[in-house]
Amino acid sequence: MDVVNFSIQLLNSVQYGLLLFMLAAGLTLIFGIMGVVNLAHGSFYMLGAYLAWSLASWCGSFTLAIVLGTSLSVLFGLLLEWVLFRHFYQRDHLDQVLLTFGLIYVFEEMRSILWGDDVHGVTIPETLSASIPLTDTLSYPVYRLFMSGICLLLALALYLLISKTRLGMKIRAGAFNHEMTEALGVNIKLIHAVVFALGVGLATIAGMVAAPISSVYPNMGSQVLIMCFVVVVIGGIGSVRGALIAALLVGLVDTFGKVLLPQVAGMLVYVLMAAVLLWRPEGLFKQ
Amino acid sequence: MNQNTTSRRAVLQGAAVAATSGLMVPEWAQAQNAKIRVGLMLPYSGAFAPLGVAIENGVRMAINEQGGKLGGREIEWFKVDDESEPSKGVENATKLVQRDKVDVLIGTVHSGVQMGIQKVARDSGVLTLIPNAGVHAATRALCAPNVFRTSFSNSQPTLALGEAMVKRGHKKAVWITWKYAAGDEAFEGFKESYTKAGGTIVKELGLPFPNVEFQALLTEIAALKPDAVACFFAGPSGAKFMKDFAAAGLKGKIALYGSGFLTEGVLEAAGPAADGVITTLHYSDSLDTPRNKAFRLAYAKTFRSQPDVYAVQGYDTGLLLAQGMKAVNGDVNSKPALYKALENAVIDSPRGKWTMSKTHNPVQDMYLRVAENGENKVLGVAVKALADPGTGCRMG
Repeated sequence: MDVVNFSIQLLNSVQYGLLLFMLAAGLTLIFGIMGVVNLAHGSFYMLGAYLAWSLASWCGSFTLAIVLGTSLSVLFGLLLEWVLFRHFYQRDHLDQVLLTFGLIYVFEEMRSILWGDDVHGVTIPETLSASIPLTDTLSYPVYRLFMSGICLLLALALYLLISKTRLGMKIRAGAFNHEMTEALGVNIKLIHAVVFALGVGLATIAGMVAAPISSVYPNMGSQVLIMCFVVVVIGGIGSVRGALIAALLVGLVDTFGKVLLPQVAGMLVYVLMAAVLLWRPEGLFKQ
Repeated sequence: MNQNTTSRRAVLQGAAVAATSGLMVPEWAQAQNAKIRVGLMLPYSGAFAPLGVAIENGVRMAINEQGGKLGGREIEWFKVDDESEPSKGVENATKLVQRDKVDVLIGTVHSGVQMGIQKVARDSGVLTLIPNAGVHAATRALCAPNVFRTSFSNSQPTLALGEAMVKRGHKKAVWITWKYAAGDEAFEGFKESYTKAGGTIVKELGLPFPNVEFQALLTEIAALKPDAVACFFAGPSGAKFMKDFAAAGLKGKIALYGSGFLTEGVLEAAGPAADGVITTLHYSDSLDTPRNKAFRLAYAKTFRSQPDVYAVQGYDTGLLLAQGMKAVNGDVNSKPALYKALENAVIDSPRGKWTMSKTHNPVQDMYLRVAENGENKVLGVAVKALADPGTGCRMG
């Protein structure tokens, strides 16, 4: 592998890793702060993709679809938290797993009723549809760079929100000691609702942004869910910083594994997870 | 719903037949008048659900065209949703065979589930018709006198691909697929036909099923600079592969070929990225024959949807069953005569006439197709009367 090729593959890994981060960030956030294991997280990714498709064909603009879709998904997240999840924070993990596993089926069925079982494509907006030629045969799609840009931007925003703002301080306090924070006059219920909606929002944005390059199809959430969990486990459950490092690591191992060791590529990511767990049973960054 | 109304009507008709004929015909003929039990084991939920529905539609349509009876006998239908779940394959097939005592089992789509059915079929000896699953073993090492396939074997489409590629001057190719049974079997067909025609496979790339992160492999393809890429992907992932291939700037520089499942049902999703992709398959929606046009019109009228290759396979399953039952006057127990009739059947299918091979897999024409403006335009026949080699089958 020459230098050019190597750097392109490196770019591929980072780009894949960043997308994984977007998904895993919401999952790890919801777990770290509310202690909820959310198996239905992949469904929000699917929801995002279908929203991008239906809204883009309805209003004709992909950008508008993303804005509308994000607002809708945040509202949906708030509703879901209010109706269901709020009652499960203090419950056993098994109850949560049962609830969210059931939700996967409910969401799949709703998707089938609302949008049908067909595969759909989402057109990349005109301004982003170009490709940058890198070598004489290979060009890099601008859209993939745009996607990485969005992911980086959101990662940065998330970091600033959690470590630099008053709301972030309350969120951290709530995760650390829920009763004490409430006793100090912080409306912890509201904080939980906001965090949950934020997690849902992140997953749907990931789905919407990924829709043009991944197509939109039934069960697309369950495929990414497993990778998400791998990232969360490697990074340390509840740690957003850990999720970022782990997502990039998984992207790297997956991409180079496929090219250099195609025979065992399927299990390399899991080998990585096993190795990390042996070395640090709590994941790379324990909260 | 559909099944309920059918069976209710069937019960009433059956009762009427029994009432009028009971006193007049000898006993052996009464047995013949009992309803023939047909079991459908297909995916009715999950990602393959649309395929299950298309196949059932096809089967019913073919039998209804023959008067709605099999060898003069009324039909009682039994349905099981196999969920495309291999671990429940044996259990579900056993349900139909032992609980419902079906005379014929029609199933299924997923190759893993098919292996479960194959085991039950071999153990029980119940006539089994495969309307889709292309797993090699069913008509090779584990072939059986009572198992017939009306679709294809996994290597059949790619067996027709190699020569067509070399003829177009593409002599250096990269192969890419998922690393799983169907992908490996498709590769077997490609490897044989391509190297035989004088082509060289530069590299074999793969990714774990059902992973769709192709970018790294596309970068590798760009570095290898072959004349062409040949692949086996199906369903939504096929659309994604074609889109990624185009977005990586490979489209137009490196030709893309594939087993025909690449472009079935996903041309709308793939958009312009699919234009110019050349594939081989035993059918195309746009096959320009009177037989196909008549079939498509009738199907669209009855089911208010456009038929696809799976509907055609279901339809042919119905045709085959009707022919076989007619030959033995509906007597499913005269097995040698029934199997002989099925083996010698000539199916006048929308895909063109085809016959059974000695190992019970279709001997059929493979069409060379190019994707253009949302349809698979037929360029011609890639290989005429292509048969699966049936390696390892100790029958016939």
